[in-house]
Amino acid sequence: MFYRAHVLIEMTSNSIHLGASQVKERLEREIAQAGLSNEVKVLETGPLGRGVPSPFLMIYPDNIMYAPVTVSEVREIVSEHLLKGRPVERLIVSETAPALKEGYFRPSPLAKEKRVVLRNSGLIDPGSIEDYIAQDGYQALGKVLSMSRQEAINIVKDSGLVGRGGAGFPTGLKLEFTMKAPGEEKYVVCNADEGEQGTFKDRLILEGDPHSIVEAMAICGYAVGAGEGYIYIRAEYPESIRAVEKAIESATDTGLLGDGILGADFSFQVKIRQGAGAYICGEETSLLESIEGKRGEPRIKPPYPPQAGLWGKPTAINNVETLANIPPIILNGADWYKSIGTPTCPGTKVFTLTGNVNMLGLIEVPMGITLRELLYDVGGGIRGGRQMKVVQTGGPSGGTMTPDMLDVPMAFDTLAQFNSALGSGALTVVDDTHCIVDVVKNFCEFFLHESCGKCTPCRIGNKRIVEILDRMQRGRGRPGDLDLLRILGENMKTTSFCGLGQAAPNPLMKCLDYFQEEFEKHVTEHLCDCQVCEMKPKRKEVGV
Amino acid sequence: MAKVAAEVNRKDEQENVATLYLDGREIQVPASSSVLEACKSAGIHIPTLCHMDGLTPYGGCRICVVEIEGQPTLAAACVTPVREGMKIQTSSKKVREARKANLELLLSNHPLDCQLCDRNQFCELQDLAYELGVRKIRFEGEQQHHEVDISSPSVKRDLDRCILCGRCIRTCSEIQSVFAIDFANRGFESYISPSLGLPLGESVCINCGQCIHACPTGALSEVEHVEKVWDALNDPEKTVVLQTAPAIRVSIGEPFGMPQGTISTGKMVAALRRLGFDYIFDTNFSADLTIIEEGTEFITRLTQGGVLPLITSCSPGWIKFMEHFYPELMENVSTCKSPQQMLGAVVKTYFAQKIGVEAKDIVMASIMPCTAKKYECQRDEMRASGYQDVDYTLTTREAARMLREKGINLAEMPEEDFDEPLGLSTGAAAVFGATGGVMEAALRTVYEKVTGETLPKLDFMDVRGMDGVKEAIVDVKGTPVRVAVAHGLGNARTLLDTVRAGEVTYHFIEIMACPGGCIGGGGQPIPTNLDIRMKRIEAIYNVDKSFPVRKSHENPAIQKLYEDFLGEPNGEKAHHLLHTHYSCREKM
Repeated sequence: MFYRAHVLIEMTSNSIHLGASQVKERLEREIAQAGLSNEVKVLETGPLGRGVPSPFLMIYPDNIMYAPVTVSEVREIVSEHLLKGRPVERLIVSETAPALKEGYFRPSPLAKEKRVVLRNSGLIDPGSIEDYIAQDGYQALGKVLSMSRQEAINIVKDSGLVGRGGAGFPTGLKLEFTMKAPGEEKYVVCNADEGEQGTFKDRLILEGDPHSIVEAMAICGYAVGAGEGYIYIRAEYPESIRAVEKAIESATDTGLLGDGILGADFSFQVKIRQGAGAYICGEETSLLESIEGKRGEPRIKPPYPPQAGLWGKPTAINNVETLANIPPIILNGADWYKSIGTPTCPGTKVFTLTGNVNMLGLIEVPMGITLRELLYDVGGGIRGGRQMKVVQTGGPSGGTMTPDMLDVPMAFDTLAQFNSALGSGALTVVDDTHCIVDVVKNFCEFFLHESCGKCTPCRIGNKRIVEILDRMQRGRGRPGDLDLLRILGENMKTTSFCGLGQAAPNPLMKCLDYFQEEFEKHVTEHLCDCQVCEMKPKRKEVGV
Repeated sequence: MAKVAAEVNRKDEQENVATLYLDGREIQVPASSSVLEACKSAGIHIPTLCHMDGLTPYGGCRICVVEIEGQPTLAAACVTPVREGMKIQTSSKKVREARKANLELLLSNHPLDCQLCDRNQFCELQDLAYELGVRKIRFEGEQQHHEVDISSPSVKRDLDRCILCGRCIRTCSEIQSVFAIDFANRGFESYISPSLGLPLGESVCINCGQCIHACPTGALSEVEHVEKVWDALNDPEKTVVLQTAPAIRVSIGEPFGMPQGTISTGKMVAALRRLGFDYIFDTNFSADLTIIEEGTEFITRLTQGGVLPLITSCSPGWIKFMEHFYPELMENVSTCKSPQQMLGAVVKTYFAQKIGVEAKDIVMASIMPCTAKKYECQRDEMRASGYQDVDYTLTTREAARMLREKGINLAEMPEEDFDEPLGLSTGAAAVFGATGGVMEAALRTVYEKVTGETLPKLDFMDVRGMDGVKEAIVDVKGTPVRVAVAHGLGNARTLLDTVRAGEVTYHFIEIMACPGGCIGGGGQPIPTNLDIRMKRIEAIYNVDKSFPVRKSHENPAIQKLYEDFLGEPNGEKAHHLLHTHYSCREKM
């Protein structure tokens, strides 16, 4: 059947919250009523990224995008645009996204944008394996099956790809360690337990292009010699789970998963495991414990997962975004990948912009972009023309960037030099109307909630830190409180069992240094210049 | 050739050795050591809390941190493997401050009422605060509060005192394979709980009390019967009878500063008599009785084609374990009550008649090395006289507490004897207190009963010692009798799984729930560890050797009991008073 027009509607957890299902239903009804069912086809697609309001409608071949679309606007779009061929100027994207005003997507990408991971997202129907194959999908898998394991791993090693989950460990080395580890039985695991505050890139990748993850897992499976892969998705991501389930099913039906894939002597299957809401399970060894059905608590390292991972077998565990990079690297080669980003940290990074910035959402840019470019060129500046106070990268456990770091290139290695971190790529922008004590307490409360409780410094330390910050906010700060915070933070950093506890005091410690005066004012003068903290001791309610 | 082999050996040894620098001092340790083990071998003391020998290292308390050159964070010595050339600082400023900070954090969430705690002076947390010189807790704040769980007949849980070291959990799972408890909840709200949040008394807990030995603080302790026993002693209407288990006499000296492994039978009897008990009998007497009953049962099953292997039934922790996890072996387990219960039944019938006191006016108390005995004495099946066979069970620790309260120093007591007639026993009964002891005592009697000949050698060395599962084949006049012994329920599980799978066949199996047997029971003095267990076992065998009579069937008091009262072994009266039955329980 030939259709003269295709309408892509964004179906993600975000857009569904904002009424995408109702819009789609209305769209299909209006199209049928207009007698266009044989001429116009409605398809689902993933997120587009870069701050486009949800849900959006993309109309091909006209390359016109409407966003955000509400149910009441559907009739007009159908009768004017689809029936009469007159685009509804008024509804073409939003005023807040001037770069998209013309509605043309492909001819004019954002100046800073570079799509590798999100190459298909928002362009194809994630539920259609044919769509993915039409975009060269599963070609990389075919290519590695004609190589030796070492050859395949060498491409990834040479590309300089490092893990995108936050730690930045070289992916090729991880695969090589797993491949070389003794043992017949090995596993590939995809970490999709995205739990950092403000991070939602993995969800959007999984919803927008699930086949790229399935393909990458099969590639890794071949490279390390694993027959089975697990993808651990947090249960709060039902749409991701649905998308991946469907992708696994159609890949299996097509013979791209299962026994003797593409006629090669390679069998691989992928299983989904759902998380139960614990942040600690994003820590790789806790995740493995959870897959095994145990309480999510970190394991003693060494041994690391490539030596002894899932059920004690060598395991290559990678983040969603890391995996999404692998098929294009295999197809286009290491040199191509190295041409993107910085010489020491090649490739792109998917950022999620949240907080007090004009344009919110997903953006993929080359490594090495500065915070200034991200905030002002991509993000459209701080809301209300305010000043930036701090930007937290990669969620609470990532790095804290202060205004003096606006021009530092954003890459794993460069940020580390500034005692900060890229983390998972969340950018939580905080403007100068916020009190730093309040902001820091918010981060610390997150860790208090998410600490697994295994080790003393994290279990009790987080509690004591939040208590001290809380009393500072209520005007009950005591002399010496800042020293106590430093002692507690330093102790957590140096003695916690796992990365979570070691990273938990990062925002606190960084802000204690940079905003020392503001903290001191809370303690000594009981003053909050931002007028956020109540500075009133809690009193017992007096009966009326 | 020999020279070459020696060189190869030497080379192997060299390869398996790592050179470290501990506080600047070069030392060599096996390459498989942890930093903690390396420090220990070099005589450097590293404080620990969550670490316990014999359990998987955990690395949770962060007290044992050390500084390793080139590493930005401190490393927990217990879980860090050594590496060639490692440079370790064990008492740098950073290390000392970190240890103190973590200890203060633990103390900030712990009630500081040591005077009111039954582990006062036996508490690792208290010791550590002293050792590290904590004078002030800088990080005060909210503390976690939980109801004290007294649902179990044996183990009391006061979670406010719990420091979440997880030693009880690992003991319950790794040593005992019971898996009754685990961490629940998360972060600051973490606590230790039986499955599904049930109270301990409704869980699969088998009441062995090994978790109490594992607990570094006062979070776990026995459910006390002390007040009830004092009340009975102060009640003029009651005749209060006491029995003491075989394992008490080799451990009760410890709380009074006597060396581990001291035999203090006579001093113990003298001290307890001064508490005001009317009669002090010996559970060893009924251990001999158990051998007659269980030996007879075994011979019957062996010669008349009954269910084999026969499995011993003296250990109430093991019995509950069997009821939960191996109900299909119920027919294999001996129907004999344990010696504690047999003595209770005999006291409230035979002895009551003899002294002309009604059973209702007798209070039968016991001192046991065991917390499961508290549960056993309350079982519905254990009321042969119409009243509980045994009313109250004190642990060795509780007995020591009563003596302390009365101001009696056991070490300074004279030697006195048990009361007649239920105080007379043999060496065979003495060894009941150690793993393999019931088997050894039974074999001494069974051999002579079956063959009608005198046993040439009384000591069955194959069933002694701390190996988890022990086996022996005893030639009983041409019939090879295959026996096995397991102690610690994890070992029992290993053994029983091979039996259930039909991989091996035995005639007779002894199982004791606690590592080392009763001398290592959950009611024994704190500390109880491998070293102390071995010393107590040695003492037990010395008690055996000191007896002129070392076979149960030669105990004249036992012979008289059958003549005067019981009739035949396994006869109708014996069956009514001395045997019991079991029931199937849920696995969760």
